[in-house]
Amino acid sequence: MSFNPAILTDNWREILDGMVLTILIWVAGTAIGLAIGLAVAVIQLFTNRWLAAPLAFYVAVMRGTPFLIQLFVIYYGGPFFGLDLTPMVAGTAGLALYGGAYFSEIFRAGFLSVPPGQIEAARMMGIGRLDIVRHVQLPQMLVIILPALANMTVLLSKETAVLSVITVNELTSVVQSIGSTTFAFAETLLFLALVYWAFLEIVTAAARRLEKRVGRFMLRTQS
Amino acid sequence: MFDFNLIIKSLPMLLQASVWTVIYSLSSVAIGFCIGTLMCAAGLSASRLGRGVAAFYVSFFRGVPLLVQLLISYYCLPLIGVNVPSSVAAVGTLALCTGAYIAEILRGGFLGIPHGLVEAARMVGLSRAQILTRIEVPLAVRFTLPSLVNETTMMVKASSLISVVGVLELTRLAQNIATSTFQPLEIYLTAGAIYFVINGVITLAGRFAESRFRLETAR
Repeated sequence: MSFNPAILTDNWREILDGMVLTILIWVAGTAIGLAIGLAVAVIQLFTNRWLAAPLAFYVAVMRGTPFLIQLFVIYYGGPFFGLDLTPMVAGTAGLALYGGAYFSEIFRAGFLSVPPGQIEAARMMGIGRLDIVRHVQLPQMLVIILPALANMTVLLSKETAVLSVITVNELTSVVQSIGSTTFAFAETLLFLALVYWAFLEIVTAAARRLEKRVGRFMLRTQS
Repeated sequence: MFDFNLIIKSLPMLLQASVWTVIYSLSSVAIGFCIGTLMCAAGLSASRLGRGVAAFYVSFFRGVPLLVQLLISYYCLPLIGVNVPSSVAAVGTLALCTGAYIAEILRGGFLGIPHGLVEAARMVGLSRAQILTRIEVPLAVRFTLPSLVNETTMMVKASSLISVVGVLELTRLAQNIATSTFQPLEIYLTAGAIYFVINGVITLAGRFAESRFRLETAR
């Protein structure tokens, strides 16, 4: 077995492009997913059950089926509904919809963790429902659910690799195609694993730091 | 038009393929459970080497996307002279991946076991292996059952990725039918529904097991 790292340095431009695309899709998918998750949680908790039931079904389906199948339905099944999406749009939408289902469960748990007495007190003072969510519930629950949100965000960064199957030119897809044109599978794939590993470690460490910072005041009030 | 006939026609084939999905995912969870238990025990042991190996293992297999792990096992194992069927390599990879998650899940369970219990077992004369298999593992599993069931459903979903390395299971067969009939929507929705049902059954079985264990402790 020969090992020739030059294959990677020769193709650094494509690899860099792939990395940038992976990060872009991850950030966009997570941001949209968070918005979906928050909206779903708010609708489920604060409106009637005719709106809540279909959303519960959406969450159950997204959590109960493989991400790959979801991507296939969106990308290959989209044209059936007149949705001719590019791989990148389909992939980002898929990531957002998938993440949104998980995020909504986290937000729901967060809303339920704020003591009801506070909401009653706010309502007595004449604060509107949406203002209570924005100024009373969200700030408190965000601290509590931050670890779970960070965890899911990190998980989503790994899921972006699956987008290579629907031909999105992200990191996995780029490196894999370099591997199959040069037959340098060992170099390319091990490099790929190392990049993801390093990236995940960095993101996880950053998340832990953020949690510590945000959670500082809680430790202070406890002691 | 949405073609219900196609769904009815291809359902038997898809169900047959889903048996493979269940076999692959459950066997990888079973193997992964053994790996996870060992790694968890190593991670909590006094041995520095054991802790290092366990930390490295958990960090690597949770830090690299499963798809990349599968690609490595598929393309790189033959390079170092390991020629096994792609299904075996795929199940091995799934097992290693879920093992890392199970090790982390069991950690919480192991830490919840009262220290006195292990000491008492040692006093009675049980060996280290006996304490692990007779006392620690059953208790840890009982403490962490909901997470373990959840991990099993995650593996059923993750097993769809082994279609990428050419193993025939539900997703792969759905792909084959979808490309030959040019009706991907119907086929993928059906495949998704089958995954949904499989996971529903696993979740229900998990709830049943949980309620049984709870009865036992209440008694």
